[in-house]
Amino acid sequence: MPLKTEPIVLNIGPQHPSSHGLFRLRLTLDGEVVTDLELVLGYLHRGIEKLAEGRTYAQNIPLTDRLDYLASMTNNFAYVLAVEKLAGIKVPERAEYLRVIMAELMRLTSHLAFIGFLLNELGAYFTPLFYMFRDREKILDLFEMVCGQRLTYNYMRLGGVSHDIPEEFIPAVKRLLNEMPRFTDEYEQLISGNEILLARTKGVGILSRDKAINASASGPVLRASGVKWDIRKVDPYSVYDRLDFEVPVGSVGDVYDRYWVRVQEMRQSVRILKQAIEQLPKGEIRSEVPHLLRPPQSEAYGRIEAPKGELGFYLVSDNSIAPYRFHIRPPALINLTALRDMVIGWKLADAVVIFGSLDTVLGEVDR
Amino acid sequence: MTVALKAETVGQKVAQAFPTAIITADKEAIIVPPDSLFQVAHFLKNTPEFDFDYLTSLTAVDYLDYFEVIYHLTSLRYDHSLVLKTRCYERERPTVPSVVSLWQGADLQEREVYDLMGIIFPGHPNLKRIFLWEGFPGHPLRRDYL
Repeated sequence: MPLKTEPIVLNIGPQHPSSHGLFRLRLTLDGEVVTDLELVLGYLHRGIEKLAEGRTYAQNIPLTDRLDYLASMTNNFAYVLAVEKLAGIKVPERAEYLRVIMAELMRLTSHLAFIGFLLNELGAYFTPLFYMFRDREKILDLFEMVCGQRLTYNYMRLGGVSHDIPEEFIPAVKRLLNEMPRFTDEYEQLISGNEILLARTKGVGILSRDKAINASASGPVLRASGVKWDIRKVDPYSVYDRLDFEVPVGSVGDVYDRYWVRVQEMRQSVRILKQAIEQLPKGEIRSEVPHLLRPPQSEAYGRIEAPKGELGFYLVSDNSIAPYRFHIRPPALINLTALRDMVIGWKLADAVVIFGSLDTVLGEVDR
Repeated sequence: MTVALKAETVGQKVAQAFPTAIITADKEAIIVPPDSLFQVAHFLKNTPEFDFDYLTSLTAVDYLDYFEVIYHLTSLRYDHSLVLKTRCYERERPTVPSVVSLWQGADLQEREVYDLMGIIFPGHPNLKRIFLWEGFPGHPLRRDYL
């Protein structure tokens, strides 16, 4: 005689090590299998979009640092790009290269943190994370060298960047770039062929190609599902059109592909950095921009390929010193759209891994 | 290189397909009234010539006279993009049809617009507040809030 079972509702979070911040997953379980999922968001909502309407364009740069706090440089980048599009500001070539260098270093740190936390969720508690943080530390040292900060950089400026790089920066980056491929090989040796990792990630949480497109997934999540779509290639901004790199694409769209795509992206970032350092021209690092910028009455949508996906800023100007509307297109929030479809039918332990494979940062989800 | 389609040309084609709807186009976007928004969105998504299979971004702006809901559409196949807008002159219960059944990616973004701007999207499968709690007074991203 079959046993009578009842579904139970389980809350993961808001305080939970696998929730990457304050976030609640409301799971309905049939035994160990997930039958429904609801996202409960807003624990970190600071109203950044509203705050920005009361600050000048330049004052809003530090606010963007607080979105995806594991990739502050790229947030700065997307915002200044949108304002420059809105106001028609030209950026000196050296500043463009510096921005690309910082953005790619940031991508390395963000993906390193992703791999570490994913392994955490698979039960390899903190040892892999400290391997990753060993290397992330070196990149944070580089950022500290440039702008004195290690988490919220506030480095980009309208029309350029805040500081030129110090003398010791380029040799330090070169050292890092020489070491990085060896580190990446080391992780791949330890992780990519690991039987436990393969068993837990291959074929788990599949996001089909059509579903990924329909759910507006972006970044590594979209590419893992087999869509070759990278803003750096399809809509090149800054100087990305002068740099040579590949766009790695997954085949199945499972957790393993999302991991694999990011590891390959790290290799490509090293490739981009080598070229950017080589091509870095001399000259100005910032163009003259009025302190109280008044862009003409218009609107602009600026977007970049952030480590988590397409980060866009939709700005509306009414010719005053503050934006009339400041909207952020957050990749982390929109990538969560398809989570429910990915998780249903999998066990509770897999749900945690699938969520981890989206690389969600709650600062950006809640804003 | 993503090409932004000329809104005027697309606007003319849309107007041919929907002769009764009042469709205007400016330099950047085509603007349709809320009651024909869903049909136009459906047309743009399913016409092979446009094939807008990807909804990049959905947001809203409060211009006090009216609310504007902005859809940034992209076609991954043709690598072109278009901005679609709709204007809602009602302030008490502004209503714009939901496009979740066309693009699932609109789900959380429509909930966000509902939460912070107070625009109602009939047809949305789960239109609840997303960041603020149920019972929060008002919609803070409106320009007349506070």
